Amino acid sequence: MTIPRIVGAGLIVIGVGVGIGRIGGQAMEAIARQPEAYGKIQTAMLIVAALIEGIGFAALFATAEPA
Amino acid sequence: MHYPNMAKILFLLVLMTSLTGFGKEVNAEIAEEGKDIKSEIDAYIQHHLKDAHDFTLFSYTDGEGTKKHVGFPLPVILWDEGLHLFSSSKFHHGETVAQSGDKYYKLYHSKIYRTDAQGAINYDENHHPTNVKPIDFSMTKSVLMIIFTGLLMFWLFRSLARSYNKNDGIATGAGRFFEPVILYIRDDIARSNIGEKRYEKYMPFLLTIFFFIWFLNMFGLTPFGVNVTGNIAITTALALLTFLITNFTGTKDYWKHLFDPLGDSMPWYGKLPLYVILIPIELLGLFIKPFSLLIRLYANMQAGHIVIMSLIGLMFIFKNWIGSPLSFGLAFAISLIEILVALLQAYIFTMLSALYFGFASEEHEHAEAH
Amino acid sequence: MEQLLEEFSLGLFFWQTLLFLLLLFLLWKYAWKPILGAVNDREEGIKNALAAAEDAKKEMQNVTADSENLLKEARAEREAMLRDARDIKEKMLADAKGQAKAEGDKMIKQAKAAIESEKKAAVADIKSHVANLSVDIAEKVLKEQLDNKERQLKIIDDFLDDVTLK
Repeated sequence: MTIPRIVGAGLIVIGVGVGIGRIGGQAMEAIARQPEAYGKIQTAMLIVAALIEGIGFAALFATAEPA
Repeated sequence: MHYPNMAKILFLLVLMTSLTGFGKEVNAEIAEEGKDIKSEIDAYIQHHLKDAHDFTLFSYTDGEGTKKHVGFPLPVILWDEGLHLFSSSKFHHGETVAQSGDKYYKLYHSKIYRTDAQGAINYDENHHPTNVKPIDFSMTKSVLMIIFTGLLMFWLFRSLARSYNKNDGIATGAGRFFEPVILYIRDDIARSNIGEKRYEKYMPFLLTIFFFIWFLNMFGLTPFGVNVTGNIAITTALALLTFLITNFTGTKDYWKHLFDPLGDSMPWYGKLPLYVILIPIELLGLFIKPFSLLIRLYANMQAGHIVIMSLIGLMFIFKNWIGSPLSFGLAFAISLIEILVALLQAYIFTMLSALYFGFASEEHEHAEAH
Repeated sequence: MEQLLEEFSLGLFFWQTLLFLLLLFLLWKYAWKPILGAVNDREEGIKNALAAAEDAKKEMQNVTADSENLLKEARAEREAMLRDARDIKEKMLADAKGQAKAEGDKMIKQAKAAIESEKKAAVADIKSHVANLSVDIAEKVLKEQLDNKERQLKIIDDFLDDVTLK
């Protein structure tokens, strides 16, 4: 594995981590503010997290070294 | 190419399920083996992640230095200018060439290649084999596990269904555990994401896919070393079904939203330049959704297996009183987390499938909300 | 990406799709349908039982209300009857009193009348008696012809002593 690939993978993980972390954190705050909207917030959180995760995985595979 | 030290690692996998007696022997053997243990562990992990043409429970090296495999062979079904059917015992775990009719085949990194009688494999500059790959419909280890899981699920849920009749509408036995799960999927996944009116027709698929993924994920954590849901072909098949169901049950509103996302909010000459960008994005999203489903499940299960086995492998690399117990503890902790992940991934796959079905079957009353 | 494509096994994909669809079909027919049906039936049953209990409760309330009404009516009736009885009693008493008084008055009047007539008869009697007496006295006085004044007076006194009003 070449250095740029490793750095790229690291950057992807940082980006996805920050993104999903923010989604989770904001969702927690939203639930704390409106506990009755728990279900809706959770669903929305999962959708967005899933989309980011999907893009992150796609990018990770793009940086992966061909076997 | 070989099955390097499979015994030791599988023994350790067994050890994790409490057979502590084997530990010392294994360590003693490994101490003699020498220093290329890292590459052997790496090769073993790589091998484990792949599907196999035989079911090996464990293997070991006997006193004379020959490898012994305990397990059973599985049928190999190939289509290579005609049907070839033979037992995988002919490969001798990749050590020999199998002859079927007038053709010769050899296992290389768990894939079957057509070779000459000597089993020569040619490589290109990237060390990829250039031999012809026959179309492989073999009953591999994964296929066997799928059949086993299918039978288990059928038996479990059939008996649950029967227990309702026998016991006046109340579940008995294991059904008491599974009934709340079924109700959770119905109420909190299907009903809340698809809607009260339309959720019923999706229920069988959601229930089947949830328990199928969950059970196979859990089997992946057993020491038998099956990695079914961490296989890209399996997750592709599952996600493809979700994709097909989503689009075949899509309502008029769903398609209208896809090709006319702005609706009547703008005159056609205003929409035209936007649609040059918007419609490709919408279409791309259509395929990204199932793609992220298949990649997520695959990557999570694959990663879980790699982490656990790497930590187990670390025990052999450290081989001292501090490192080995430490990595054992870590492996144990990660195993516990993997049990959670096994459930979580099944839940997320089901949940997102339900969500996509919900989008697709939505009637017009919510279409304006986007 | 290349690695993924390399790893993709068409045979496994084929078997997975086939077996999964088979499993889906079998479970659909033999497990999910009866399970969801049974669970639905049970939920319907619970809902119906609750509704029935609610109905029964309402019925019960109706019955209680009815019986309460009956009780109230009965009580009112009893009261009315009591009042009537009291009225009748009072009326009877008043009537009796009136009659008694009238009777008494009548009797008193009769008695008075009788007394009056008796009195009249007595007076007439006395009158005749007095007249006779006077005549007798006068006769005696005249007969005696006493010179003595004291004697005269004594005679009168004696005479008068003899007279007793009968």
